[in-house]
Amino acid sequence: MTTLGQATPSPPAISSGSRGRMLFVLSLLFAALAVLPLGLSRYQLGLATEMLIYGTLAMSIDILAGFAGRTSLAHGAIFGVSAYVVVYVISTLNLSPVLAIALGVSAATLLAALFALIAVRTSGVYFLLITLALGMIIWGICLRWTDVTGGENGLRGDLRVGILRDPRAFYWITLAVSGLLSLAMWRLVRSPFGLTLRGIRDSESRMRSLGYNVQAHLFVGFVVSGFFAGAAGVLYAFFNSFVSPTTVALAQSVQGLLMAITGGIGTLFGSFIGSAAILTLQNVVSSYTERWQTALGLTFILVMIFAPHGLVGLLRSVLPSQALRAGQ
Amino acid sequence: MSLFQLLNGATFAALLFVVASGFSLIFGLLRIVNLAHGALYLAGGYIGFTVAVHTGSFALGAAAAMVAVAAIGFALDQGLLRFVRGHELREVLLTLGVAFVLNDMALVIWGGDSYTVPIPEALRGGIRVFGVFYPKYRLFVLGAGIVIFVALMLLLQCTRLGAIIRAGVDDPEMVEASGINIRRVFLGTFLLGSALAGLGGLMGGAFLALYPSADAEILVFSLAVVIIGGRGSLVGVAIGSLLVGLLNTLGQVIFPELAYFVIFGPMACLLAFRPLGLLGRPT
Repeated sequence: MTTLGQATPSPPAISSGSRGRMLFVLSLLFAALAVLPLGLSRYQLGLATEMLIYGTLAMSIDILAGFAGRTSLAHGAIFGVSAYVVVYVISTLNLSPVLAIALGVSAATLLAALFALIAVRTSGVYFLLITLALGMIIWGICLRWTDVTGGENGLRGDLRVGILRDPRAFYWITLAVSGLLSLAMWRLVRSPFGLTLRGIRDSESRMRSLGYNVQAHLFVGFVVSGFFAGAAGVLYAFFNSFVSPTTVALAQSVQGLLMAITGGIGTLFGSFIGSAAILTLQNVVSSYTERWQTALGLTFILVMIFAPHGLVGLLRSVLPSQALRAGQ
Repeated sequence: MSLFQLLNGATFAALLFVVASGFSLIFGLLRIVNLAHGALYLAGGYIGFTVAVHTGSFALGAAAAMVAVAAIGFALDQGLLRFVRGHELREVLLTLGVAFVLNDMALVIWGGDSYTVPIPEALRGGIRVFGVFYPKYRLFVLGAGIVIFVALMLLLQCTRLGAIIRAGVDDPEMVEASGINIRRVFLGTFLLGSALAGLGGLMGGAFLALYPSADAEILVFSLAVVIIGGRGSLVGVAIGSLLVGLLNTLGQVIFPELAYFVIFGPMACLLAFRPLGLLGRPT
């Protein structure tokens, strides 16, 4: 089965010592991110918040791409549907934000379950095509179903009320939520369930003959991944207070996947590096030209040709001694 | 569904066939899923439109669209895809990047307005068929779709080149081992597939209009056609086009706002039983 840019065929089992070290590094990083707002402008803080949200989305894509060998192009749509539901429930139905969050995440999870029913029977390029088509259908519906979605104008709502109005508080909340979500995702791929997914990625037929129900595992993997994408979508809805068909468009899925790939497929936390890199690039490019789509496309082409293993893989190939150390 | 709507579905199916057959040829033989196919369709439409408006000739517009899009296809295959050959997913994602670039460039050149390719004088107006008054141009599209289907079938089934292509779909290594330069056949197929997308762009541009997101719409339909029909099978593409074309029209009649959804249901049911499509074969 073709998997995308797998830096290491199967990540070495982490001993308890290195797991402790990893947790230590992560908590240091988390502390550094937590004091970040004190030194940033309002604009930079917004960008940092966005990086966290998109990093979470990219990580949810990485669960499937890196650990189950299934590259999805529907996650932007799942993410966007959750955001649509949150904005719709709060601004049009005038219901409580807590209910809106629950409904948003549920809608995304249900949608993921529906997509998974159709997509898990396939793999490789077929999986990509089917998820692409499914995602596009959502986009088509958001564009045409004007009564509910507002069509091309999208939906706007005043979601940032009370403490959420303060960019710092919002950043901290986003940091806490995305931190929790990514820890949950990290736990998931290290669990027996995650190991089974990896087994399926490496050899579907072997797992089947060992008695695993491959499709049921992939189904659950897809649904869980959709749940995380939906959670990221909720954060986005509150961050942006606005959704439009662009939120669910293919470009969203593509950008999320590009972030996961740039960070390194199968590295999980690399998604945040990928998200930071792509959003920084977007900001730099946008200050010179309006042609972000072209830049996104070109970046995709260049990454596919030169760095399919992401920044981590690129560093490893440039520094051979590093690769040796990392391999040990 | 009235006869008028049935004809609408059939003419849309003919257009889908022209576009999706190119996609399926490339997918079947080269194993490349060209996600830039929709962008090639739109580029073909815009280029054909510009040439047709300046020269006043629909035929010249069609020729220009096919040649220009084949040239873009050449650049894509020889300039970019050669670096990632054999890596299925990298190829697909690269073509996705190309789609974004092409699309954005089209937006720079032609802007966000909607254009309709001028229909030649002889095909304007309507004609009475089986008791309903129907636009001549759409019947022409239907006819053109059928002619292209027959021509492609003849090419694939009755010529030496067709035999090589069919053999290449099954086992490219063996074809190469028998002394045939399969690379050249691959390139030829890629150009033909691209040219079909360009032609589709011009044909569709005259009755569906051309606008910045038209490429994404036609790409979803083409994907649905190929997913339903199975890859590399021309008959599969024809059946898939008819199904998607008719379902889409039916959907627009029953649920105008959720027409997209109507092609989704049958596609899902089909995939549950035949993951490789109606006529798809495992490789």
